[in-house]
Amino acid sequence: MKTKILKLLENNAKLCTKDIAMMLGLDEALVINTIDGMEKEQIICGYNTIINWDKTDDERVTALIEVKVAPQRGDGFDRVAERIYNYEEVASLYLMSGGFDMSVFIEGKTMKEVAQFVARKLAPMEGVLSTSTHFVLKKYKEAGTKIEQSKKDERLVVTA
Amino acid sequence: MRNPLSDKVIKMKPSGIRKFFDIVSEMPDAISLGVGEPDFDTPWNVREEGIYALEKGRTFYTSNAGLLELREAICDYTDRRFKIAYNPKNEVLLTVGGSEGIDVALRAMLNPGDEVIVPEPCFVSYVPCVELAGGVPVTVSLKNENEFRLTREQLEDAITDKTKVLIISYPNNPTGAIMEREDLEALVDVIIKHDLYVISDEIYSELTYKSEHVSIASLSGMRDRTIVINGFSKAFAMTGWRLGYALGPSMIIEQMTKIHQFAIMCAPTVSQYAAVVAMRDCEKDVANMRVAYDQRRRFLLNAFKEMGLPCFEPYGAFYMFPCIKEFDMTSEEFATRLLQSKKVAVVPGDAFGACGEGFLRISYAYSLEELKVAIDRIAEFVAELRLEKS
Repeated sequence: MKTKILKLLENNAKLCTKDIAMMLGLDEALVINTIDGMEKEQIICGYNTIINWDKTDDERVTALIEVKVAPQRGDGFDRVAERIYNYEEVASLYLMSGGFDMSVFIEGKTMKEVAQFVARKLAPMEGVLSTSTHFVLKKYKEAGTKIEQSKKDERLVVTA
Repeated sequence: MRNPLSDKVIKMKPSGIRKFFDIVSEMPDAISLGVGEPDFDTPWNVREEGIYALEKGRTFYTSNAGLLELREAICDYTDRRFKIAYNPKNEVLLTVGGSEGIDVALRAMLNPGDEVIVPEPCFVSYVPCVELAGGVPVTVSLKNENEFRLTREQLEDAITDKTKVLIISYPNNPTGAIMEREDLEALVDVIIKHDLYVISDEIYSELTYKSEHVSIASLSGMRDRTIVINGFSKAFAMTGWRLGYALGPSMIIEQMTKIHQFAIMCAPTVSQYAAVVAMRDCEKDVANMRVAYDQRRRFLLNAFKEMGLPCFEPYGAFYMFPCIKEFDMTSEEFATRLLQSKKVAVVPGDAFGACGEGFLRISYAYSLEELKVAIDRIAEFVAELRLEKS
């Protein structure tokens, strides 16, 4: 049941508990309790909105920064990670396998702002060995959602 | 000048769906719940295979029966899913949608005057196809209280010494009804006793929400007297690819292939290549679609319950069949008024046979958001009608 609720919320966090209950054939109170429980256990860590900022007047740039990190005795990568993700400019942070250690997604208002963040905060950080910054030119899909999906229903209106 | 048309064609009634389509088409801003095809896109891996087939220039004819590779994939799939074994060499025919399969099966099996039992409400093409093939359709009115399943008694009552074929279609369009193993088993000895053949249209077989679909062909003694019609349209959201198939004993399939060879030549080649992927590699996509339909189904069922509109719980396809007899108007009047006052299109039940009168076919091949808007409007309409009456 948890998985079923999570799958629904993963695709649409806006779904109300009444609808979830109906769609899954469950009692609404049970759905509310289960979601509350999963929030407390931090199975559900938050509810974000996928926004196409290009359609607003706000300027936003996103960059992916590949970071090589010297792991520290006792803490491995976690301490460096914490120092990175606590900056609010950091939208996502992942520890990676392969040629570099961490991928950091930065959101800023301008390229300059992102560049300054890297130059002043990220690169000089203790434990950070090197950075490689890649700016996002266009977002096609984020968190399973296609960004530009102006799909019309082209089916005939009534068919057998 | 002589009349260029055949009497048979002139006598054929146009589909009731068509009539309603014309009305709805004049209302571009209406929300339609009248569609008989999935709202999902064909799974991407299938579309990719179609694109690849085009790139490779696979644009020639295939053999009449269809690509052997696809026939093999279909047999594997049918064995895996429904536990019936067919020989890909001579017991499978690829058709242009399930519809062609129905037509060709009837033409291969009927002699003039042979009776065909057609339980209604049902898909619109069975009766005309029987007539075109020279047969005589004998309709059976399925009952709401039986959840639109065909009962043994109803079947027995319809049989005469001219009866040759029974057409069944479960999961059913338009009612959403299913027939479970024991329902089908109850028919088997009647079918065998009267030496009938069955055309079993199982195009919605992947879309069941209670128990796994059971094909009548998988029951003891039935394989060699059943033509199973299936296809890619509903399960794999591939309506526009126009690809279906018929399975059955070689004696019948070979004759069907003969007709198909002269009328069609072969099913679309690109679609056939893409369909191999659908058969082999789409279980997860189908499961996801099934889950989504089931959620909408529960949502609608509850919505009808809340508005007090009687509707049996349908466990198949993507249709609901609520009853509107309390309003003392025909299905067509109800549907027309609903369209005019609330701009919601549903299909009058009698488009699927006279006994569908008093019911509506509601399709849930729509997103939950669209269903919500439509259902709110239907609820308003129902409330207004009740107020009018009181």
